[in-house]
Amino acid sequence: MFVIGERINGMFKEVKRGIEQRDKGIIQDLARRQLKAGADALDVNVGPVRGKAIDNMLWLIETIQEVTDAPICVDTPKFDVMSEALKACTNPTIMNSSKASTENLDKYVPLAVETGSQLVVLTIDETGVPSDVDGRVAMGANIVTKAMEHGLQMPDLYIDPVILPVNVAPKQPAAVMGAISQLKLLAAPPPNFIIGLSNVSQSCKERSLLNSAFVAMCIGVGLNAAIMDAFDKELMNAAITAEVLLEKQLYCDDYVAAYLSNR
Amino acid sequence: MPVPDVSERLSGAINEVTIGATEEQGGSRTRTVTIGGETSFPMLSFEGRYPHPPAFALQITAADVDDWHAEAKKHVADVAGDLEKWAGKCEEWGADLICLDLAAAHPDSGGRSPEQCADDVKRVLGASGLPLVVWGTDTDEVDNNILPKCTQAAAGENCLFGTAKELNYRTLAASCLADSHKIIAEAPSDINLSKQLHILLKDVGVNLQDIIMHPTTGALGFGMVYIYTTIERGRIAGLSGDTLMQQPVVVNIGKEIGRVKEAVSPEEESPQWGKVQVRAPLWEAATAVGYVEAGAELLVLRNPEALQQAKTALEALWPKPPESA
Repeated sequence: MFVIGERINGMFKEVKRGIEQRDKGIIQDLARRQLKAGADALDVNVGPVRGKAIDNMLWLIETIQEVTDAPICVDTPKFDVMSEALKACTNPTIMNSSKASTENLDKYVPLAVETGSQLVVLTIDETGVPSDVDGRVAMGANIVTKAMEHGLQMPDLYIDPVILPVNVAPKQPAAVMGAISQLKLLAAPPPNFIIGLSNVSQSCKERSLLNSAFVAMCIGVGLNAAIMDAFDKELMNAAITAEVLLEKQLYCDDYVAAYLSNR
Repeated sequence: MPVPDVSERLSGAINEVTIGATEEQGGSRTRTVTIGGETSFPMLSFEGRYPHPPAFALQITAADVDDWHAEAKKHVADVAGDLEKWAGKCEEWGADLICLDLAAAHPDSGGRSPEQCADDVKRVLGASGLPLVVWGTDTDEVDNNILPKCTQAAAGENCLFGTAKELNYRTLAASCLADSHKIIAEAPSDINLSKQLHILLKDVGVNLQDIIMHPTTGALGFGMVYIYTTIERGRIAGLSGDTLMQQPVVVNIGKEIGRVKEAVSPEEESPQWGKVQVRAPLWEAATAVGYVEAGAELLVLRNPEALQQAKTALEALWPKPPESA
């Protein structure tokens, strides 16, 4: 399971303060602690913070790269911010994200290939998020085709079938799993599958429980990456356990400690 | 049409472990032996790096050799009872390392004292410049008595000491840490237990790079298939990136051969199987080569003839580095 820690995001108050006050300690502490908790990479999102998005993004990247070589998941909807940010990264990068429309893919995929970056593509286009499995699969097929056309290898592509909160969109979790099951048959080797996990439990009461159960279920159908809260120990344990139950990790009595010691 | 590249890309590699220390490294060995370092499954010359061929140790012991089968015993009859001479012979026979088996410390085999065992270690180190493996008795309380003295006696020589087990690893781990030796982690044909034991050793401070694993050993015809698949499964995990399974593997073959009737039964009893002086060493050598094909890097034998045969076979089989373009 490739865990991308979600905490360096301007939506969190302390991160917002860190960015606004240019307080490196806050950001670097979050980077270190997420990696220690089992994150493999760090999502970086400036969020709704004062100032220019690009300046804030470059400062965050520079700040993080001072303390780790871990991959940076550049999380921005703006193409110009993305391409500037990639130039500033010396760590490996994951672009998060492109939409599935042809116009978007024709910009983002070549940028990924050119910069040696990995790329997350959402199953969203100008019509929005598909309500069912078939809509996601149709977009997924277009994503895979475009990636191949521009020379992006499948191991460098992440398809995000977009999960919505279960309290307002109760059919969506099953649709996401159905889409992963079908899309993984599209190519050999298949692309990676990723979700922004915390979204499934947005505004719900049992957030940790929902996240934990859903990540285990998705891993069961082929999910191999998630942007998630690495500080949630129960959640991390659920993901690690799911991988042991699928024999993606070798069992031993202290398999959680073993997994974390392998990071 | 070009042939498609089907080689697997693996994220892990087996640890390189060096046994022995030369004078400049603080010991007195005339050479050291390094095993491991492979980046793919055994023998796949097109796929990975195979920097070190498997290493062979010959076993010696202060215990009497009455229970050795005749074909192994005949080679050592002149030197049994004299560890120093025997150690010298091992070097002549082409061993890469010497494995001192401490069976003589067991109460049933003479009950040599910790001091006597430590002296045995010293005398072997004095008699031969080869790196040394020291193998305990398989009885926890005896091992915990003798092994700390032996690690001390060999301090600075970077030996390989065994065996640490799930229920008895602390004493040996502490001794190996204190005297800077490598350690054998033994888990009987159990891949999950093996991984667990490595975590336990890590928790008490042992470096994962200092561990050699022993999945226990069965001879061809006597449980080899179980061990073979255990080694294979561990290798898949290690090469896939599980750092707790990236340890090289030792198998202790020589002492197992005597259990196999087909290998050692005399011609008078089994004329259909051919000459026992051909059969017995060949069985030991074939078992060794089979284990190398599973992934084992260090092999402990008894019969010097088997050692020669196995080495000859592996010289032909072991992947050569790809020719540089």
